Amino acid sequence: MGSARELLKIERSVVLRAPRARVWRALTRAEEFARWFNVTMEGDFTPGGRVTMESKETAYVGLRFPLFVQRMEPEHLFSWRWYPGSALPADEDPTKQTEVVFTLEEVPEGTRLTVVETGFERVDLQVRAKAFEENTGGWEGQLKNIEAYLRGAS
Amino acid sequence: MARPEPSLKRSAPVFAALGDELRLTLVTRLGSEGPLSITSLTEGTRVTRQAVTKHLHVLEGAGLVRAARQGREQHWEVRTAPLAEARRCLDVIARQWDDALARLKAAVEQDE
Repeated sequence: MGSARELLKIERSVVLRAPRARVWRALTRAEEFARWFNVTMEGDFTPGGRVTMESKETAYVGLRFPLFVQRMEPEHLFSWRWYPGSALPADEDPTKQTEVVFTLEEVPEGTRLTVVETGFERVDLQVRAKAFEENTGGWEGQLKNIEAYLRGAS
Repeated sequence: MARPEPSLKRSAPVFAALGDELRLTLVTRLGSEGPLSITSLTEGTRVTRQAVTKHLHVLEGAGLVRAARQGREQHWEVRTAPLAEARRCLDVIARQWDDALARLKAAVEQDE
């Protein structure tokens, strides 16, 4: 198996054909962010600030969740913490949040944007109420692949 | 974005159990080397056999490992199903990130 460590983090990286300043704006300006993140939001992003979002995704329309901005280093780094269950736990407990960090890096084609979400070992996933039905299909084959991978069979 | 998924509730103890360096190491070793005795598992760590045993029991509680007798010695082996399910949960979240990033890409590239 790779490493169990991989189970505690999600990392994605994408090259955008746009300058860093443009990407930074899309990430941190409320009205732009709301569009690609598919939410409506109240308030602006400020370091240390709290923003409330409302989902526009079909599966969770109207679901409200808070997002706690951590760091904002213009054109370099943007991070927040949130409850991965989206719904606010009854007792708001910061130790049960995951952290999302975006980093921007200049590359010849434009900007490499990397997003890393960590802290899944901390979270209380009990708060996740709604099922994500549409993703339940097609998992069986994938499950077999994963199991083979975890067994180290190749 | 927003994120509830089906099996995350069951996977919560799995994630929690893995939130420790030594336990991560133990699971990774059992996954790659197959069933091992406590003696082998203790080798290469800086902790005592008792500590390793304690951590194995935490992992066992989360359903991640189980004891199996092999000859005269007790061995520990990894149970892949809960790990696979935990991985699946993260895959769902990761796919939501993929979708969001695709929308972001479209947004910033359309006006260049």
